[in-house]
Amino acid sequence: MSQTKKFLYVNRKAPYGTIYAWESLEVVLIGAAFEQDVSLAFIDDGVYQLVKGQDTSGIGMKNFSPTYAALGDYEVRKIYVEKESLEARGLSLDDLQHLVYEDEEEDWAEKDSIMLVSRAEMAEVMAEQDVLFNF
Amino acid sequence: MSILHLVNKSPYERPSLETCLAYYQAGDAILLIEDGVYAAVNGGRAASGLQGLDVAVLGPDLAARGIRQEKLIDGVKVVDYGGFVDLAVAKDKIQSWL
Amino acid sequence: MKFTIQVNEGPYQHQSSDSAYHFAKSVLEKGHEIFRIFFYHDGVNNGTRLTTPPQDDRNIVNRWSDLAQQHNLDLVVCVAAAQRRGIVDEGEAKRNKKDATNIAQGFRISGLGQLVEGAIQSDRLVVFGD
Repeated sequence: MSQTKKFLYVNRKAPYGTIYAWESLEVVLIGAAFEQDVSLAFIDDGVYQLVKGQDTSGIGMKNFSPTYAALGDYEVRKIYVEKESLEARGLSLDDLQHLVYEDEEEDWAEKDSIMLVSRAEMAEVMAEQDVLFNF
Repeated sequence: MSILHLVNKSPYERPSLETCLAYYQAGDAILLIEDGVYAAVNGGRAASGLQGLDVAVLGPDLAARGIRQEKLIDGVKVVDYGGFVDLAVAKDKIQSWL
Repeated sequence: MKFTIQVNEGPYQHQSSDSAYHFAKSVLEKGHEIFRIFFYHDGVNNGTRLTTPPQDDRNIVNRWSDLAQQHNLDLVVCVAAAQRRGIVDEGEAKRNKKDATNIAQGFRISGLGQLVEGAIQSDRLVVFGD
């Protein structure tokens, strides 16, 4: 009886300044069990969530960035990062964590989960979805 | 598939409307609610971005903020919460540009 | 149509909870169905019965409880977000050794799976937040 819907989790906020980044990730992790067609989008300040080398010891908050690296284990393989948002913030793919998943159909070969897309391409991705989550 | 874009923050506070406009495609609609209604005030810098698009504004939020409908740019529909529901039904999904 | 509504902010601080409430009422008035209303982030604070807002203003918590009762709505407060913010029912009080409960009438505490299920089972997901 179950239907598969295309889920897009839209992330537009920076980490730590507010809790939205972390609590949205919690939905993604729990949602994995429901086996829908999942994609993540990082737009505007959301791109900051993926910046590597986060050290939260000075602010006394839990560093939750390792969780992004685990997304592959939760079958999350489509992580769209918007190019214009990165560039506007002086960032490039090099500044972000290298996120991968293991492709069971190619002998568990490691593949990149992050797809750098233009705003126009991201809009097409968004238009194809069934459900849009925002936090 | 069509999208109902919800914008609830003032364009002068936050760039959410700007991002929304870049994602808007033919067949979509934009509904301005809460502080988002300010974007439709004629003469404001943000208003020009709305020209020619399918834009609606939540009447109760306009009235709460003392914005009379005459102050809005042309072509914007004023709807109530019932109209909000109709828009959510008419479009295939809703994107909340928070 | 079936709707799932997500409320990301607490009562009074943001208009989100108000907008969600008026939207929910209109959904029902138009003859549609509400599958679930899911309270996440600070939205869980809509579920405390301990608020005493001024008499001359709306009582947001009671309004939700009344709507839920009138229409048999499923108001779900996310357990993880509730634990962080101190919204407690009997089960949570026992589990986490708290000496009080504060959950409001008509609300129940449950997992994030309820939001995901709502998104799957409903025709529309509408998110109200900041």
